[in-house]
Amino acid sequence: MTIATATENATTAVSFVLNGSKVVAKVRPWTVLLDLLREELALTGTKKGCDHGQCGACTVLIDGRRINACLQLAVMQEGREITTIEGLSQDGKLHPLQQAFIDHDAFQCGYCTPGQICSGVALIAEGHAGSHEEIREMMSGNICRCGAYPNIVDAIAEVASLAGAPSAPVSRMQGVSP
Amino acid sequence: MIANDLNVGAPRSRIDGPAKVTGQATYAAEFPATDLTHGYIVSSAIAKGTIADIDTSEAEALAGVLKVFTHENRPRTAWFSSNYEDQVGPPGKPFQPLYDDSILYSGQPIALVVAETFEIARQAAALVRVRYVAAVHITDLEAARSDAYEPPTKRSGMAPPSSRGDAQKAFSEAPLRVSQEYAIAAEYHNPMEPHATTVVWNAEGNIVVHDKTQGVLNSQAYVANVFGLSKKNVRVISPFVGGGFGSGLRPQHQLFLAVMASLDLKRSVRLELTRPQMFSHVHRPETINMLSLGADADGRLTSVQHHAVAATSHFEDHQEVVVSWSGLLYKVANASFQHDLAKLDIYTPGDMRAPGAPLGVFALESAMDELAVAANIDPVELRLRNYAEDDQNTGKAHTSKELRACYSQGAERFGWSQRNPVPGSMREGHELIGWGMASGVWEAYVFKTSARATLLPDGKLEISCATSDIGTGTYTILAQIAADGLGVAMDAVIVKLGDTDLPEAPVQGGSWTAASAGAAVSAACETLRQNVLKAAAKMPGSPLAKAGIDDIAFAGGRVSLKDDQSKSVALAAVAMSVDAPLYAEEVVKPGLIKNLRTSSFTHSAVFVEVRVDDELGVIRITRIVNAVAAGRILNPKTARSQIIGGVVWGIGMALHEEAMTDHRVGRIMNRSLAEYHVPVNADVQGIEVIFVDETDSQVSPLGVKGLGEIGIVGTAAAIANAIHHATGKRIRSLPITIDKLLG
Repeated sequence: MTIATATENATTAVSFVLNGSKVVAKVRPWTVLLDLLREELALTGTKKGCDHGQCGACTVLIDGRRINACLQLAVMQEGREITTIEGLSQDGKLHPLQQAFIDHDAFQCGYCTPGQICSGVALIAEGHAGSHEEIREMMSGNICRCGAYPNIVDAIAEVASLAGAPSAPVSRMQGVSP
Repeated sequence: MIANDLNVGAPRSRIDGPAKVTGQATYAAEFPATDLTHGYIVSSAIAKGTIADIDTSEAEALAGVLKVFTHENRPRTAWFSSNYEDQVGPPGKPFQPLYDDSILYSGQPIALVVAETFEIARQAAALVRVRYVAAVHITDLEAARSDAYEPPTKRSGMAPPSSRGDAQKAFSEAPLRVSQEYAIAAEYHNPMEPHATTVVWNAEGNIVVHDKTQGVLNSQAYVANVFGLSKKNVRVISPFVGGGFGSGLRPQHQLFLAVMASLDLKRSVRLELTRPQMFSHVHRPETINMLSLGADADGRLTSVQHHAVAATSHFEDHQEVVVSWSGLLYKVANASFQHDLAKLDIYTPGDMRAPGAPLGVFALESAMDELAVAANIDPVELRLRNYAEDDQNTGKAHTSKELRACYSQGAERFGWSQRNPVPGSMREGHELIGWGMASGVWEAYVFKTSARATLLPDGKLEISCATSDIGTGTYTILAQIAADGLGVAMDAVIVKLGDTDLPEAPVQGGSWTAASAGAAVSAACETLRQNVLKAAAKMPGSPLAKAGIDDIAFAGGRVSLKDDQSKSVALAAVAMSVDAPLYAEEVVKPGLIKNLRTSSFTHSAVFVEVRVDDELGVIRITRIVNAVAAGRILNPKTARSQIIGGVVWGIGMALHEEAMTDHRVGRIMNRSLAEYHVPVNADVQGIEVIFVDETDSQVSPLGVKGLGEIGIVGTAAAIANAIHHATGKRIRSLPITIDKLLG
């Protein structure tokens, strides 16, 4: 049995859409999406808080679903559409949830904020932001050590109510059985 | 004095908000550098002993590994232990990473791998082979408390107050007595951003350090002293800090290791602690309080005795203010205090949000609740009966103390008058409802701080100060003060913080930044107004040629005559008229005479509703009202967030947070965010914040007291008291977990 080491040069090309642009990245099999974003692609808006899927700071949207980037290998991303915090604003205009986070003071140090916002965006799209109680429960995978939780809930609830009826989950999810 | 008050006191959104919600705010591990290398720490697997052998050959053989640093090949650093001291460390000999073969605590850094990529460094770290000779360790405070001692050297400002009267005699004669032990588990700060340092090296021999720190100047001085560098060759830039809570006050070992490697390899280095490694340094000390209250039949205190024993390391005597609050808060003639330490084989504990206060106040306010039950007096009424007008420890008058208003407004908002005092008497379905309350207190400080205000050529106002913004809202409140100071819009103010090239400021902690940096900015703006007038008066045909500073007003981006507002000059025009930008730098110092004569504290009253499942013991907190008296509130929006954050920390202390050590191996076993529980969104609801009016012209130049700590202080005690009210069970050790409640 041969065990791959981190120094081997075997790379795999993966292509995916990142914040609306096609990216072809040569990645090693052990490279994690989070490290690819932060170290190789200079997209440091996605944060590393635990590297173990426990804190949610690295939450990104993959095909519209909220996913911890620290638990995703980069090689798995072929053909996927990835949105990070840097891709949420359009033409310099903040996404409504980004603006709501500012309006409701839904952050302090700002480190968990990109993950909170990405989770919130998907939550609203999934139709899981129907009540404060539901938001609190569904947002509990994103730790905020500053304790901005009440303001995070208010921000998400406001955008969810503006969004009206929850939109259907993105197409890719339809193939996933519960 | 602030000239205008359009912004100060108004709810303003954070000016750093757009950067933070778009991912553009850059934290310590995110600064780019050419030819960047990556470090990874190897941590000790034992708690005490020596390294018999450390074999790095396999690790170094891995392609891409540059070097493995151990105690055997560590580059030479400063000889004297004193060179490793920092601005806020306690008495003792600071830990020196890779100093020798001694193991002082489990998780101690014993090697640093530096490689071309993070992944290579991580893999190589797993290939470092270590053989230890273990010695007998003690990590259990219960086992060590019999050897507790009074620290021979007191940490500055942390000595307990003098005892007064005869507390023991008064206690023995008191008709009502409470005497109990109250314990709090060791807690870890766990800011969301792990500790990290990026050292940007350049061939000229200068380094730029991006460190996770609450004090760039503290990191700079440490690096200069330890590595024998001139401060001018070490610039520390940390504009954003992903949570501090005290963990970034002292330089942590990743700073030493990253700079050491960078200087040795002549390369830029990034070193980030893993989440488990975040349990290898500073933390809140496990603390046991022995607290005795004596009172007359009406519940009036006659005696307070507070004796605390806290854990510390073998190399430093960490001290914090635990017992003083018990002599301060209530009127009592006889009081005694003792704060002892017990040495364990752990890293030195340190300051964590309101260091000492929520520990001592948990004991005091739990005991007061027990006294209220014993005396059959309402808990609020008991506190009012014992209300202290003056600082009981020193006899000094308070510059302001609106704690009575906190009690009354908090109780009113909460609906306290509807409380049935009998424990277990309030119920809804299968849930027992409990209402509890407690007081909170924290000292209000001003520390020497400088700030500069510069009118830029485009008419914008730049404020600069070396202090940080760890999420506290410092950027925003300084912009508010400056905008009002020069009469410009907030978006015309640029605030620069967290850089050693900027005017000097102390570490950000203790709730002193708003009062101190705020006052410095206000003073700098005041001087700048005079400089602007001088320049404006010299402009050709200036309508202000003969005006004095009292004749003019700054508003709407213009400086005008008060008597005839049509006679004015735009600040932008003044800025254009001078060759070099107009600026003013001012320093604010604590009022020494004021401090000799008066005391200043923030206060709070916390009211809590808990619901406890009567069979399962599951505790939910459904409502918290925290009424705070903290002097002038600069920004109600960010101020409310500060208090909410503190309350959430109180919830964590009361119900969740506990570093669990397996004493057989001397190692913390729950070194992750999955197993070291902090409050999550589902744990938090119904928090209301009240700021009671409190005018204080003496506490600080702007009348500000500070808010970072007060939110946590009484919260854990109020929760514990509410749990007692719900269940009749008095749990005297935090966190209050289900096993304790059902046990």
